[in-house]
Amino acid sequence: MKKTLSRNQTFLLITIPILALFFCFNTLPLIKGIIYSFTNFRGYGNYDFVGIRNYIDLFQDARVGKSYLFTFKLAVTSTIIVNVLSLILALGLNSKIKFKSALRGMYFIPNILGALVVGYIFNYFFTYILPAFSSMLGGEGQSILASEKWAWIAVMIVCAWQSIAMNTIIYISGLQTVPLDVYEAGSIDGAYGFTKFWKLTFPLILPFFSINMVLCLKNFLMVFDQIMALTKGGPAQSTESISYLIYNNGMAGGQFGFQSANAVIFFIVIVALSVFQMTVLGKKEEQL
Amino acid sequence: MRKEKVKEKFNWPITILLIIGLVTVIFPLYMTLMIALKQPSEMTNSISGILSLPSSLSFANFAEAMRVTDFWHSLFNSALITLLTVGISILLHSLIGYAIGRNMNQKGYKLAYLYIVSGMFVPFAILMMPLVKQTAQMGLDNIVGVILLYVVFYMPMNVLLYTGYLKNIPIALEEAATVDGASTWKTYWKIIFPLMKPMHATVAVLTALGTWNDVMTPLVIMSGSEMNTLPLAQLNFQTQFGTNYNLAFASYLLALLPILIFYLFCQKWILNGVVNGAVK
Repeated sequence: MKKTLSRNQTFLLITIPILALFFCFNTLPLIKGIIYSFTNFRGYGNYDFVGIRNYIDLFQDARVGKSYLFTFKLAVTSTIIVNVLSLILALGLNSKIKFKSALRGMYFIPNILGALVVGYIFNYFFTYILPAFSSMLGGEGQSILASEKWAWIAVMIVCAWQSIAMNTIIYISGLQTVPLDVYEAGSIDGAYGFTKFWKLTFPLILPFFSINMVLCLKNFLMVFDQIMALTKGGPAQSTESISYLIYNNGMAGGQFGFQSANAVIFFIVIVALSVFQMTVLGKKEEQL
Repeated sequence: MRKEKVKEKFNWPITILLIIGLVTVIFPLYMTLMIALKQPSEMTNSISGILSLPSSLSFANFAEAMRVTDFWHSLFNSALITLLTVGISILLHSLIGYAIGRNMNQKGYKLAYLYIVSGMFVPFAILMMPLVKQTAQMGLDNIVGVILLYVVFYMPMNVLLYTGYLKNIPIALEEAATVDGASTWKTYWKIIFPLMKPMHATVAVLTALGTWNDVMTPLVIMSGSEMNTLPLAQLNFQTQFGTNYNLAFASYLLALLPILIFYLFCQKWILNGVVNGAVK
């Protein structure tokens, strides 16, 4: 390097190659995916453009509809349960307790573990341990993983087990931002217990609540590993998540084009939901 | 003053409740350990047979699990992928974060920022199928391809973090160096890069946790290449365990152990990293 580059030249030389890399492995496949969604490509061999046929079929396909229903049912209920539980847990872990940091550390463990292996461990738990417990208590002793009606609860429990850890840590850091004099002022005004939480604490940690809602919903909508380890979409396709269906039928099932259309719709849904959540929750924060 | 007099009082009921609640965290791990240490003959059909302590300590399951899942190779691959992804991410993402962050007043860079960050909303499901074709054509259906993809996938989040952090670093620091005749490139590595250390830690933790535990990317990209990562090996060898759950659980435990040990030593660092990343 004999001639030193000007500041602007340096910036350009940094930005352009990295942008090119990003384009090549993010935008380009995205565009290709959208193009494939208008074809009858099976993943191999020749293919033709079929217009919006895939999209029309998509909305009439019972299996796709079922997977959207399952994924949303799972995402919404898990998001609610996880946020309620982790808020309670965070309040506990943030109060004057003994072994505070040890307890916080322990409660975070589920989050660092790989979802697939956790799924396998819980698979065994649901298949052998839980039925044994329930038959001891006079139940039927059947695995909930084998039940079309209840298998999704098992998926939810495993998802929740891991994400409660994450959300709790975020709530704790939110609770630590609440200044102590707010509580002092509150106790003069007679705010205790639940009123204190609802009127004082909760509004102050609302930004953290919105982070958690966005994170949770997005993660649960993309659920894949847990399904792979627990049910593989069964029984009777009752726990087939959107990602799992796209993977399963698109990669191995010869529905490359059709599932690309599914993925495009899924992409639009994720973007729309994220934008919606951020504007709604953003407005609420401003009001306070 | 008053604080010294009043002895800090602990809220014991909550402490005890929280300790009881830990059962939900520990029980699955305890179950894993107990089953991994036992032989199939010790597993009677009752719960007590499954959950009781093993009659004698035997690590035979672990040796067998290591052999079946090719543990050391998978561990090596996982470690290699994670380390390289984290290393490259810190170098490249901080660099582009810097280039963009210092030029946000210019339209082009602002657009580049929005372009990269909006990549966060692209689910892997839509990229998956085209990427399988693309990486195969480019001869990247292997570990190199997986690392490259991770570097691209984590770019939106990390660029967001770095540009955010850069706002706290006054530009005057660079100007002083420029006056002394140092190039922008040199100034960056000598002054700015070391100053972003806290953010490097956050980026390292988030990227490492994500890549270490990821299944989907190596599953679709490396499926042709006999190579496994630690989680992928669990998936691929699932059928080989058959009904020998003791062997399977020994293997699960082995797959969880590296990150558990790592967490034990770097707990504070990891927790800080995760919180920093999520809150910003």
